[in-house]
Amino acid sequence: MWNLLQIELFKIFKKPRTYLAFAIIAAFIFLIQLGLYVNGKDWLKFILGSLDETMDLDYHKLNNGYAVCYFVLNLLLVHVPILVALVAGDVVSGEAGMGTLRLLASKPVSRTQIILAKYFATAVYVFAMLLWIALISLAVSVAIFGVNDLVVAKTSGLQLIESDDILWRYFFAFGFAFVAMMVVAAISLLLSTLSENSIGPIVATVGIVIVCTLVSEMEIPIYQKYIKPYLFTTYMLGWKGFFYIGSTADGETIKGSIQYLPGILKSLAALLAYNVGLVAAAVWVFRKKDILS
Amino acid sequence: MKQLICLMMLLSSVFFVAAQDITELVQKVKAKLDLVNDYEANGRMKTNVSFLKVPVATVKVYFKKPNKLKVKNEKGISFVPKGAVNINMSNVLSSGKFTVLDAGNDKIGNTVVKVVKLLPEDDAADVVLSTLYIDEANVVIRRAKTTTRDNGTYELEMSYGKYSAYGLPDQLSFSFNTKDYKMPKGVTFDFEDGTDAKKKEDKLKNRKGKVDISFSNYIINKGLPDTIFQ
Repeated sequence: MWNLLQIELFKIFKKPRTYLAFAIIAAFIFLIQLGLYVNGKDWLKFILGSLDETMDLDYHKLNNGYAVCYFVLNLLLVHVPILVALVAGDVVSGEAGMGTLRLLASKPVSRTQIILAKYFATAVYVFAMLLWIALISLAVSVAIFGVNDLVVAKTSGLQLIESDDILWRYFFAFGFAFVAMMVVAAISLLLSTLSENSIGPIVATVGIVIVCTLVSEMEIPIYQKYIKPYLFTTYMLGWKGFFYIGSTADGETIKGSIQYLPGILKSLAALLAYNVGLVAAAVWVFRKKDILS
Repeated sequence: MKQLICLMMLLSSVFFVAAQDITELVQKVKAKLDLVNDYEANGRMKTNVSFLKVPVATVKVYFKKPNKLKVKNEKGISFVPKGAVNINMSNVLSSGKFTVLDAGNDKIGNTVVKVVKLLPEDDAADVVLSTLYIDEANVVIRRAKTTTRDNGTYELEMSYGKYSAYGLPDQLSFSFNTKDYKMPKGVTFDFEDGTDAKKKEDKLKNRKGKVDISFSNYIINKGLPDTIFQ
């Protein structure tokens, strides 16, 4: 299994498109950092809404590395699935297209092992990508903008997390994001086992993510009640839960607390279940597949 | 007829004496506050606004005559209400251009206080009306309500300790009006955290905010540079 994984990793990291994702992420984050460095105050005024009319705000302190990273994650984690699909959608169908899948299946390893090796290799890619995001969006932003307290905006209001209570939240948020992105990878893998070319699974995965995200965010009662609970995109925002701090009845924040841990754990469990279900389906499909290419 | 004239003279002299007394009381309070040209104080600030969740902050409060006030959080970020300058009563009394009206007596806790209304003589002034609740025995303001032209009404409650000789409180509670907080879900992309949305909406309708500051010590009249207030 270890050899198989190494081979799969070699295949993934040998393709130029793998590094394209890293370059896109770096360019995107750099543009955000530049924008916030120049016009951070304007962005904060928009985020903080009418608060500026009631309170005196120190925009210089508000525009700090933690805030920049939070903003980056808000924007980026919606789009990272596309970059995950770019690689994960290709792992089986790419080989089918090139004609190497039959050769691979003829080796003395089970088809289950082949799919699992491809899934774990994709996991390494996703992990590396999130690590890259963390490095640029958090470490670089902190180096440029410095550290201070983090203001998190919700529809129900604003909350302030003290600077020494933030880093662990990012650690868990990135961990959660990894599980969420692996669901996207698992969807791509399943679709990849059904296709003979890479384009189909990649486009289909992106389409599924877009449609499910839109349905998840639409405030239409019938969708909210009957469809939303079953969509994986409903649970993908769980990483934000680590930034929702608990508070006393009169609004004083409790350091080191999470407002609604059961909600995060439920989301995590749902995403893990999706992962297991989709990978099991991919294994089942691949085991039954007639490899003709 | 003579009796009527005598009665009117008697009544007007009573009112004149009363008005003189209350003006004298306000002047005494003002004289006490005038002892302070500037101060720097350490404090702990607790903010209670319906749409804000913030920790208790350790702050430094700087004041300089006539009306410069700055609340600074040395370590992190604090949300300081815009009308916070009104926590210093010197700001209200410093102009001296107001008409004083006696509004009787009231009680704050067990203390009988004199209720005084100040009407500014300047029609264009931002402050429309100030109501002061003055502790006559200690010559300090225990409560104040300030109605402004543009920024609603501020309320201030103060308790005094070892700095009462300067009219500086040990604790104060500052209430102010807040505006609606509105942020569309499409912008925040909230994670459904399982809390009741209706409760949240009701909470956001409360338009009063409150800041409590406990002062631990004052450094008075040591001089403060203007740069602190920028």
